[in-house]
Amino acid sequence: MHRRILTGERLVAVFLCGCVLFNYPVLSLFDRGGPFLGIPLVYAYVFSAWAGLIAVMAWVIERHVD
Amino acid sequence: MLNAPVIIAVSLLYLALLFAVAWWGDRRADQGRSIISSPTIYALSMAVYCTTWTFYGSVGRAAVSGVGFLPVYLGPTLVMALGWFLLLKMIRTAKANRITSIADFISSRYGKSHLLGGLVTVIAVVGIVPYIAWQLKAVSSSISLLLSYPEIVMPQRSTTLPVSADISFYIALILAAFTILFGTRHLDATERHEGMVAAIALESGVKLLAFLAVGLFVTYGFYDGFADIFERVAADDKLRQLTTAIPSGQGYTGWFSLALLSGMAVLFLPRQFQIAVVENVNEIHLKRAAWLFPLYLLLINIFVLPIALGGLLHFAGQGVDADTFVLTLPMAQRQEGLALLVFIGGLSAATSMVIVETIALSTMVCNDLVMPILLHIRGLALGESKDLSRLLLGIRRGAILVILLLGYLYFRLAGEAYALVSIGLISFSAVAQFAPVMIGGMYWRGGTRGGALAGLSAGFLVWGFTLLLPSFAKSGWLSDDFLTLGLWGVELLRPQQLFGLSGLDEISHCLFWSFFANIGAYVVVSLLRPPTAIEASQATLFVDALKHTRPVGAALWRGRAEVADLLSLVGRFLGPQRAESAFAAYARRRGSVAGEALEADAELVHFAESLLAGAIGSASARVMVASVAKEEPLSLSEVMNILDESSQLRRYSRELERKSGELEAATRELKAANVRLQELDHVKDDIMSSVTHELRTPLTSIRAFAELLNDDPMMPLVDRKRFFALMLFECERLTRLINQTLDLAKIESGNAEWLGSEVDLKLIIEQSLAATSQLFHEKGARIELDLPTEIPLIKADPDRLIQVLLNLLSNAVKFLPSQTGCVRLTLRVDAEGVEVSVADNGPGIRPEDQQIIFERFRQVGDSMTDKPAGTGLGLPISRRIVEHFGGRLWVESVLGEGATFYFFLPFVQAEVSLETAPA
Repeated sequence: MHRRILTGERLVAVFLCGCVLFNYPVLSLFDRGGPFLGIPLVYAYVFSAWAGLIAVMAWVIERHVD
Repeated sequence: MLNAPVIIAVSLLYLALLFAVAWWGDRRADQGRSIISSPTIYALSMAVYCTTWTFYGSVGRAAVSGVGFLPVYLGPTLVMALGWFLLLKMIRTAKANRITSIADFISSRYGKSHLLGGLVTVIAVVGIVPYIAWQLKAVSSSISLLLSYPEIVMPQRSTTLPVSADISFYIALILAAFTILFGTRHLDATERHEGMVAAIALESGVKLLAFLAVGLFVTYGFYDGFADIFERVAADDKLRQLTTAIPSGQGYTGWFSLALLSGMAVLFLPRQFQIAVVENVNEIHLKRAAWLFPLYLLLINIFVLPIALGGLLHFAGQGVDADTFVLTLPMAQRQEGLALLVFIGGLSAATSMVIVETIALSTMVCNDLVMPILLHIRGLALGESKDLSRLLLGIRRGAILVILLLGYLYFRLAGEAYALVSIGLISFSAVAQFAPVMIGGMYWRGGTRGGALAGLSAGFLVWGFTLLLPSFAKSGWLSDDFLTLGLWGVELLRPQQLFGLSGLDEISHCLFWSFFANIGAYVVVSLLRPPTAIEASQATLFVDALKHTRPVGAALWRGRAEVADLLSLVGRFLGPQRAESAFAAYARRRGSVAGEALEADAELVHFAESLLAGAIGSASARVMVASVAKEEPLSLSEVMNILDESSQLRRYSRELERKSGELEAATRELKAANVRLQELDHVKDDIMSSVTHELRTPLTSIRAFAELLNDDPMMPLVDRKRFFALMLFECERLTRLINQTLDLAKIESGNAEWLGSEVDLKLIIEQSLAATSQLFHEKGARIELDLPTEIPLIKADPDRLIQVLLNLLSNAVKFLPSQTGCVRLTLRVDAEGVEVSVADNGPGIRPEDQQIIFERFRQVGDSMTDKPAGTGLGLPISRRIVEHFGGRLWVESVLGEGATFYFFLPFVQAEVSLETAPA
């Protein structure tokens, strides 16, 4: 039961973190500047943050065993 | 290869394959071996979210706004992190109340209102039909594109063709037939379609595969990877803008609105509700799907921008619509197989959306729009006809056909108009109007039917005014004046700058004003009056859905009903056989034998109502059950009482749990006590038999001597004297035995009298030695004393202590060898107490006997040959006396080297009562 609540709270944290990462003003930091490894910065940023978020969600959820 | 017969044959074969999968899935479901019971299948079926609007449209959007298409998928990703709570609550609630659509969910939450269910249905149909039109358009343009191969010719407006020659019309008809076959094969009380879900999951796999294939081809086959494309783009000033910044037209507000909108859409689109909530097999699947579905969204979007940019580079100036790049890029490279795969992928996206959406909409139309109307028309007397299940199926099939034809009609009317192109977001905005009443309904008890009606209508009207009507105007169906001059020429009422609000894109503008109206009306109207009884009871069912001790619906019903009436009522809608088997299953669950009379109590009524709710919606089910059952309406205060009662019950049950825990502990203690008592009982029996045995021995010898004396009057005096002396000795032994037995019994029962005074141990020892000096003398034994000069006083009963010492000394004497015997009496004082030891140089005691000698009547030695030298009670009594004063008595001995008895008496006595001392 305790683990279950903890997992839920972690997921809410992931949600809030995502809200910050994918919105103004954080987004605007990557909205300019040159390409990163040949890939436009904002494009690289959004996709890597997105993949990171999914990885964290997977980690939080799959850790939860009950 | 890409000619009409091949394309048509491949499409039909693919549809046949889907149908085979669906048929197999249904068959396995009937056998109870579900093929969709897996989180991966669940996540894949959720990907019905990605329609042709994603498959073809994302590239189109990316070609205009760069990364601006991404919030449509970021929103759902974030929402899925909350799916843990939100979706879980929706699934639990829907399962507990047999809710089969989002209209039913909302209507059920706000007091099972027909009006509310109908309103939700209307909003959903108005919002979704154009979206279905978009799917038809996408399929028909992809077909006409393929047919023009090897040329790439943008499809013409099909409105110029007669309906009978329009391929889209046939697509609509085929999809309708397909959906009818999938979704309405039989009437299921839970509205679950396992076969359909299996087919949808397969389609999701196919569209992802197709999109990744074309993405890889464009990025790595056509160009030299991501960097190559972006490098070429960087050389072009116009294109470069797409990759560097959030486009100025959209801005961060637009980005945010889009994410918010799509986050709500992924929860509340009728097809998402159908797949994620109604078709959910096991809520455990939600866990893995919560990250697998976002992963799917990520994968299907990786290549969107490269394809868009690649297409823009390749088709620069050729007038090729960016929406078709996914298909036209492979065609331009003569990749026939890949083009066909893409076409099948697009077909998958379209058919999966259309099938699930129309099934969901048809359920809503049937349960929340048509049935309530039919039930209200008394002339039809629906309540009395025998079997309505066919009628229900007919209505659903009709609804599917009508919805698809409406979609086609919209497509014919709109054509390439703006109203169709931007429909994805317009549709999302319509569905987002459900969010306040849904989320409010699940977390706020205060929302009422009036509030929900007001909120939904207000939001819907504002949506229509700020988004739908302008889209008509931009399509040229309405005068532009309305847009620029405002409604009735009032400038404040310009639909896209309502009350002068400017600077927002149209979606953000609509989202702000519609939510302002929606949430405002919902909250204000809800707060105008307290909830009615049924609103309060339904609110509790929904808000407390995740609690372990949620109240059950049956608790909130009171009245009278007949089992037969209920059975025939359910039979009318579900078919008599299904109804009977459902009732029999219910009876078995309740523990009564099938066929035995069921009691028509509140629970049975609730069961019947929820069966009906699955088939005709909760509002109609309530009306129908009310027609056969005499319900006594509960007042609000009664409902509150019941809800209070149930919270009281919860308290009681917690109390009970605690009590039962205590009881268990007490039982364990009692059991242990019982075991001990039984042991004691055995001991008592042993004592009884030993006492009688011990008493008999001296008695027997006394009697034998008496008989001898009696039989032989001529016995010489010497013998006579000897016999009398022996008899006297035995009598003394008998007396001693009886005294000691009584003494021990007294001590053990706690009735012994104890004196407590300061005792000088030196005195005690001297007295004991004096009393036993004769014994020592007789045996010719020595006694050695080892006493310290100062012996502190100790609190004890002096007589009892003398008894102990006498016992030990006389015991020692008994076992001493004659003439060489020596007893050593030692006294040691330490910080805690006094230790007295009596050591002899007798034969010693075997280790196995060292405990036995402290038991009653147990004397060491062969009882058959040795004559008992004592009563066998001395040591047990001594041990109890010592223990009474908080001390202990024990023996140490090496066989052949004598034995040493010790007792220790503490200065400070612990509270030791004899009852708890070990026996």
